[in-house]
Amino acid sequence: MTTATAPRAPRTARGGRRRTGQVLSYAGMAIVALYCLLPFYWMIVSAFRRPEDQFDNAPIPSPWSTRNFSAVFKPDVGFGRSLLNSLVVAGITTVLVLLVGTFTAYALARLTFRFKNLVLGVIIATSMFPTISLIVPLLKLFSDISWINTYQAMILPTMSFALPLAVWNLTAFFRQMPFELEYAAMVDGCTRGQAFRKIIVPLAAPGVFTTAILTFIAAWNEFLIALTMVNKKSMQTATVAISKFTGAYGFDQPFGTQMAAGVVVTVPLVIVVLVAQRRIIAGLTAGGVK
Amino acid sequence: MTEITKTRKHRSGDVQGSGHLAALLVSPTFLVLALVAGYPVIAALRDSLYQRGQGLDSQGFVIQGDKFVGLKNYTAIFSGDSGTQFWNAFWNTTFFTVTTVAIETVLGVIMALVMHRAFRGRGLVRASILVPWAIPTAVSGLLWRWVFQSDGIANAVIGHQVLWTTEGFHAKLAVIIADTWKTAPFVGLLVLAGLQTIPSEVYEAARVDGAGAWQAFWRITLPLVKPVLLVAVLFRLLDVLRMFDLPFVLIGERKKSVETLTMLAYDEATNLRYGPAAAYATILFIYVAIVAYAFVKLLGADIIGDMRQRHPAATKRVKKPALVRQEVTA
Repeated sequence: MTTATAPRAPRTARGGRRRTGQVLSYAGMAIVALYCLLPFYWMIVSAFRRPEDQFDNAPIPSPWSTRNFSAVFKPDVGFGRSLLNSLVVAGITTVLVLLVGTFTAYALARLTFRFKNLVLGVIIATSMFPTISLIVPLLKLFSDISWINTYQAMILPTMSFALPLAVWNLTAFFRQMPFELEYAAMVDGCTRGQAFRKIIVPLAAPGVFTTAILTFIAAWNEFLIALTMVNKKSMQTATVAISKFTGAYGFDQPFGTQMAAGVVVTVPLVIVVLVAQRRIIAGLTAGGVK
Repeated sequence: MTEITKTRKHRSGDVQGSGHLAALLVSPTFLVLALVAGYPVIAALRDSLYQRGQGLDSQGFVIQGDKFVGLKNYTAIFSGDSGTQFWNAFWNTTFFTVTTVAIETVLGVIMALVMHRAFRGRGLVRASILVPWAIPTAVSGLLWRWVFQSDGIANAVIGHQVLWTTEGFHAKLAVIIADTWKTAPFVGLLVLAGLQTIPSEVYEAARVDGAGAWQAFWRITLPLVKPVLLVAVLFRLLDVLRMFDLPFVLIGERKKSVETLTMLAYDEATNLRYGPAAAYATILFIYVAIVAYAFVKLLGADIIGDMRQRHPAATKRVKKPALVRQEVTA
């Protein structure tokens, strides 16, 4: 801050103010970071305590213990199966949504056609539907056709919000790709389909990848649909399973085990999110829509 | 930008058959959405006019045969015991929506301003902001249930015994705190993206004209991030209106102080009272639709935004969306 050393009084004052501003800014940043991370930190710390130290409020567990984690993966808990269920539901949803959504997003980003704004409006409006107004009739329908406790009963309703999300993100990504390359390929004799396959698809891969992450996270974190459509323990997804953990002493809630399971469910997501941070932020802020 | 949106000329000679291709590419999405979203909403409307035949058969299955009852499910909602229950859930939902969105917006804007002002370490803070967003709401509900335990860390910090997760106003407060923690950073992220599109020259000009920081915020920052903020607020509103996971996990089922409309409909549906459940769900749907409509029509929230179709040549010349994105990712 060279202005601070300048001789004239008003400039010194401004330099001082700027330094105060800098300190305040760092303090503000620290507060924001702590606000976001402290509760998460508390979950991790609580997970690594010994069950008998559960109510110890020390900031660092002493001694560290992984007994809560062994409790999560005890065979009779079936949490491994729940993780697998979550993986299947979120994975298949992501693949289906991308298969359908990529083509639509391509059309929305690249083609000029009538009713396009209407199409955009309908897609975004669908993502606003309250989940419960879809679930009530679907629960009735799926009960009638014996689809309760099946993967498709969870995947189909999840697509109702995952598909608009994916189409929206993909459209935002596709819009940024260089138009000219596609035209150049078509001038060189590619059909529109070939131009799409050979030029657009490789260019779009990062956007599709980011959309895949966002869709997967949305589906993985889903709770209401999975809770409603399944009443068999072996078909529960991870989020539902954790909320239904029962303690060794009946009425007691097994918080240590739940925190450990929460860590298992969350930490892989957090790592993926941090690795792909920039892309994800670009995706989240695309068009100002989640 | 607005003038470009308005001069929406159709370029007839763009690409031959582009309309057919568009229809072909768009239809799978519409087919899926019609099946998984369109059909259920209409079915819910139909179901809300029926009541199931009373009684179960010997194996505990529902006896088939719904009977048409007209608006009886709706009139039942507004009267008697279920009326009290409905209005309680309605006010809870509205209360949560108003309070959490107000707090989250203010906190989110503050966070965005802090991050925007940052000299260094912005990446670290942005990374930490994604953590609450990535945690499943159900897990964050459990996390906060643990924090708000009677001998948990929250009570240890405030040095006071509050039974947060029992019925009462403190339960509402617990839900508001937990929801704010998870979503205020997200609002901050969106607002930050909006802030980054404001050219610094505008602020310099204001400073030259003698505007203070406070004036600059109210007269420049806020009006210019308003479009982004409106969309962020709308999406938060719609999200809170359908709130379920957090109060369900944090406080529990059938708790009067935190029961939302979605929880009420869920409770009815899982007890096989599909008619009333569908009526609750339909009312919530209409509520959400009214809020969305008001935001789009009255406040001018532009949810389609940059995606709106305009003249292709104009899109290239303006380059605004590309600029937005680059700065966000930078």
